[in-house]
Amino acid sequence: MRIANSYIGQPIERTEDLRFLRGRGTYVADINRPRQLTAVILRSSIAHGRLNGIDASRALQLPGVHRILTAKDFDTEIPRIALRLQPLSDLEPFHQPMIADQKVRYVGEPVAVVVAETAAIAEDALDYIAVDIEPLPVFVSREQADAALLFEQHGTNCAITWKALRGDADAAFKMAEYVRRERFKVQRHAAMFMEPRGFVADWDGQKLTVWGAAKTAWYNRRLLAASLRLPIEAVDLVEVDVGGGFGSRGEFYPEDYLIPAAAKVIGRPVKWNEDRREHMIAANHAREVECEVEIAATRHGRVLGLRGQIWSDVGAYVRTNGSVGPRNVAQYMSGPYAIENIELTSSMLLTNKTPTGTYRGPGRFETDFIRERMLDLVAKDLNIDPLELRRRNLVADRQMPYPLASITPYDSSTELDSGDYHAVFDRCLAEFDWKTKEQFSGRLIDGYYHGLAVGSFIEGGAAGPKEQARLVLEPDGTLSVYLGSSSVGQGLETIMAQIAADATEVPYEKIRVLHGSTSHVKEGYGSYHSRATVMGGSAILLAAEKLKQSIKASAAKRLGCAAEEVVLDGEQARGGNRSIAFAELIEVPIEIEAEFFNNKQTWAYGTHAAHVAVDPGTGHVKVLDYMAVEDVGRTINPATLHGQAIGSIVQGLGGAFLEHLVYDENGQLLTGSFADYLLPTASDFPKIRSLTVDLKPCPNNPLGAKGGGEGGIIPIGGIMANAVADALKHLNVQPMELPLSPPRVWALVEAAKAQLAS
Amino acid sequence: MKLPAFDYASPASLEEAVALLASRSGSAKIISGGQSLVPMLAFRLAAPELLVDLKRLQGLNRIVIADDGVRLGAKVRWCEIDRDAMLQGAHPLLVEAVRHVAHYQIRNRGTVGGSLAHADPAAEMPGIAITCEAELTIIGPQGQRVDKASDFFTGSLTTSLASDEILTEIKLPPWPAGRRWAFLEFARRRGDFAMAGVALFYELVDDKIADIHIGAIGVGDRPLRLRAVEAVLNGQTLDDRAIEAAAAAVRESVDPPSDIYAPAEYRRALLATLLARALRQSETGR
Amino acid sequence: MKVEFELNGTRVGADVEARTTLADCIRDQLKQTGTHLACEHGVCGACTVLMNGQAVRSCLILAVQAQGERVVTVEGLSRDESLTPLQAAFRKHHALQCGFCTPGFITTAHALLTEEPEADEERIRDVLSGNLCRCTGYVPIIQAVLEARSAYAHKGNEE
Repeated sequence: MRIANSYIGQPIERTEDLRFLRGRGTYVADINRPRQLTAVILRSSIAHGRLNGIDASRALQLPGVHRILTAKDFDTEIPRIALRLQPLSDLEPFHQPMIADQKVRYVGEPVAVVVAETAAIAEDALDYIAVDIEPLPVFVSREQADAALLFEQHGTNCAITWKALRGDADAAFKMAEYVRRERFKVQRHAAMFMEPRGFVADWDGQKLTVWGAAKTAWYNRRLLAASLRLPIEAVDLVEVDVGGGFGSRGEFYPEDYLIPAAAKVIGRPVKWNEDRREHMIAANHAREVECEVEIAATRHGRVLGLRGQIWSDVGAYVRTNGSVGPRNVAQYMSGPYAIENIELTSSMLLTNKTPTGTYRGPGRFETDFIRERMLDLVAKDLNIDPLELRRRNLVADRQMPYPLASITPYDSSTELDSGDYHAVFDRCLAEFDWKTKEQFSGRLIDGYYHGLAVGSFIEGGAAGPKEQARLVLEPDGTLSVYLGSSSVGQGLETIMAQIAADATEVPYEKIRVLHGSTSHVKEGYGSYHSRATVMGGSAILLAAEKLKQSIKASAAKRLGCAAEEVVLDGEQARGGNRSIAFAELIEVPIEIEAEFFNNKQTWAYGTHAAHVAVDPGTGHVKVLDYMAVEDVGRTINPATLHGQAIGSIVQGLGGAFLEHLVYDENGQLLTGSFADYLLPTASDFPKIRSLTVDLKPCPNNPLGAKGGGEGGIIPIGGIMANAVADALKHLNVQPMELPLSPPRVWALVEAAKAQLAS
Repeated sequence: MKLPAFDYASPASLEEAVALLASRSGSAKIISGGQSLVPMLAFRLAAPELLVDLKRLQGLNRIVIADDGVRLGAKVRWCEIDRDAMLQGAHPLLVEAVRHVAHYQIRNRGTVGGSLAHADPAAEMPGIAITCEAELTIIGPQGQRVDKASDFFTGSLTTSLASDEILTEIKLPPWPAGRRWAFLEFARRRGDFAMAGVALFYELVDDKIADIHIGAIGVGDRPLRLRAVEAVLNGQTLDDRAIEAAAAAVRESVDPPSDIYAPAEYRRALLATLLARALRQSETGR
Repeated sequence: MKVEFELNGTRVGADVEARTTLADCIRDQLKQTGTHLACEHGVCGACTVLMNGQAVRSCLILAVQAQGERVVTVEGLSRDESLTPLQAAFRKHHALQCGFCTPGFITTAHALLTEEPEADEERIRDVLSGNLCRCTGYVPIIQAVLEARSAYAHKGNEE
């Protein structure tokens, strides 16, 4: 399949920008329907209890309040949110009901829906609703040893334990010359996209239209239709402009049902805008992991095995993709390193906290922190240079495809597809100028201790069965591209237009891309796991090829030549000695559909290096320089990919230093606003550099591309912790937990000083 | 996070404003910059029946530099302090502290009086008020009174202001040219509330520290004057030994709370570190 | 309550409650939805508008407090026929992805560069630290604002 590259690979400026820069984007909060009412959700303020009753009579008397819906108004049996990924029947008991049903299990669980003339009135009404909850003991930490059961029938708060296996870990550990065991912790934090969620739902008696879809509209539509007992064709989910997702927005939440259901019950359009305080307890949390892991190696630093136990605090229910992070922590701990013997268990612990789901690089951020810290500890113990240790263990190109650990149950295996990990490692060190910066390691300059670290990672992408594209070529030469992939701000419209332009040879300016809504293609899957470029782009390529064949066949008939002789040239087709304009050739629009099916994950990979300076008096860590290099196989738009990389890195730095969702022993979220949940700002991390290369194309899709866009975040926790350890090596400070907040770094310094003094 | 309902009034005189406050027996609040009040309303942490806007009141936004000191009207906004060409020389400690307040957009609306009346224990303006022994002028139904800063701040987010009183002005004592001073705070990010902060100034008499004033923010339920530390430093030459003795005295004299941001021992140690650094910074003289 | 003020050069009026914020008034009553709400408690900056030329958080201002003032939103800083130099710089440097925080950055940067066309990188970062972005990591935003300075160099007080 020939692809004429004039747009692919170009940093084309984005079409989306023209409306975003002018404040003319249409986000769901900007959508209004005639006669609409506004919904506000009453949420449990108690983390665990029996829901005995709700008395909304006083609230209903407030002027402007229309209805207050509770469980009984929605259905006799409240539907539950089914798992979209790894839907094991073992996990069914932990599916979240669309509204609290008999029990509440976390602060923030929906209890009632207030529908009123305005959001302000609906919020006023909340204070007048009496909710009778009989409190139960609260379970928020593994140390409490099942103090209270969230699901009494289940007998334990451990929902399931996954196992990642490769080779024979026991044998490897038995014969290893060196073994080290450590405990690590990563803190609960979250995607925290800027546009809070929202829906506008309109039921006209036969058709339900819902604005505010994102990410996985087709799955959500199926689940919503089934939950409302409607045929799928009666439900349409419309994606408008979306303000960020990062793996969290777009999954099916209770509100995805409650708002459309309210519209259907009431018979008027209902609008809901999440506010930030609500977002903090309602949208998926992520990343809360602790583990006890051991590493086995030869005395020359060849890593032989990984073994251990991981616990993920997944909150009160298992939501649509709640298993992904816990599985990934175990399955991908080896990362880009050739580690042949792996036995890791990964338990999902149910607690009275907000449920968790995927957040950019789910499980990978956590597992890379664990692994990269281990590697530096090994290097120190064995007196091997940390760079050399990594070189000795990185998977080599000739070892590809390289199988990773398999995970069970809901078995999945995968293998690294292609890559020159050593070349990218060296490239990163060169760009970072490790040779010059090395001298700063451990030095005290102007009151700051300087430290360096390097780490490598893999980034899986393009998972999920298939994607659809539909191309419509108009007689005037305009090409509409309808795509199942959804936009969360990643520049989809531009990237897909670039691919379509090159594949169809239709001029870029005559292409428009429509995405994410269920009316666009019959069966789409959406955007998640960095799949849009590979899956959506490949579907476009297949559709484009079919479209060209179709045009050539038509032209051949009219021009009286063989189809193979026809050449498409801008707005006309030429064959033999004649030509015909599209406008003449195409009387009615030509519509072509195609599906791209992929059963192999792609594996982008890279190396990052960092230079930090630590103030031992305050515990503050300055990031003086950060260099990221990633190979994505084939770059479609270097500008948007670079943007993703920088954004991803800064998110990772937020996770390494600033962000923390803190709960108290009563299951109350203490960090419930942007004043307490600290996001990186423009002054925090000024020096970030990123470079993407197209070194080793992916052999498994026609584009040769590997999913990219999450990679930047993955290695950051480990690299930052290693850099801090390097800076404070004179004290032998060894961080084992994130975040590296100033008080924690200070405490490590003080503890280390006390240790040395004794 | 829509605001709860309230009535709104925009009186034309202070007397009218006071009368409006008095009329609601404690359930009326003043709004001026609104940068502290409106977020509280958004979280429904406060539900006043009436907001009395100081918008139309004249004469409360003057900056006056005179022989008897620096006067700031309660409605003076942070951006106005930034832009006042004379203030940098007239009271460099004030200007430096104010540089740390919040962010650009908030500085265009937030007021001196609002910050003082809100009395966040980590806020810069209350810290300056305590350190400099400011006087605060307050108007109420009984007329005008003047409070010393040390009497004004009575607890976390609490002041001596009655519900029908309005703070109108803060007066800082005169600032002699050439005085040694420093202001240092440590916050998680630029513009965040300080985890701890210190403001200090002193004279040099025969090369020895005299009449030192040290104030601390973020380490108690109100801004604190560290008199025990001042006692250690007065009469001393500013050298390493004196600085270490002062840092040790800091650790003895504060009892910060533990909270989700930091344990008490961190804040204690942080304040000692900041004091030592502030003293070193003050040596260069500005 | 009735409030009247100037919005993007036109006199407008709205019927609001005392508790209606300027942000909600602009979005809901006056139908200018370019100003966005991402936190409603004065931290994120997405709601930034210009009031009498100064960047302010419209979620922290009551609509009634805007009585008689001059308000400019991102729409008022835009042209149909082309992007302004500030907007073009943002586009060129890929300083936006999802676009939700963008109006707040445009208004804030415009206010800053109008007052301080010589602002250096440190000053720009300092001022923009009051606006949150989750997508870009800020690096390209700073580059865009640095580049846009030349367009403001001789402009004086244009809105």
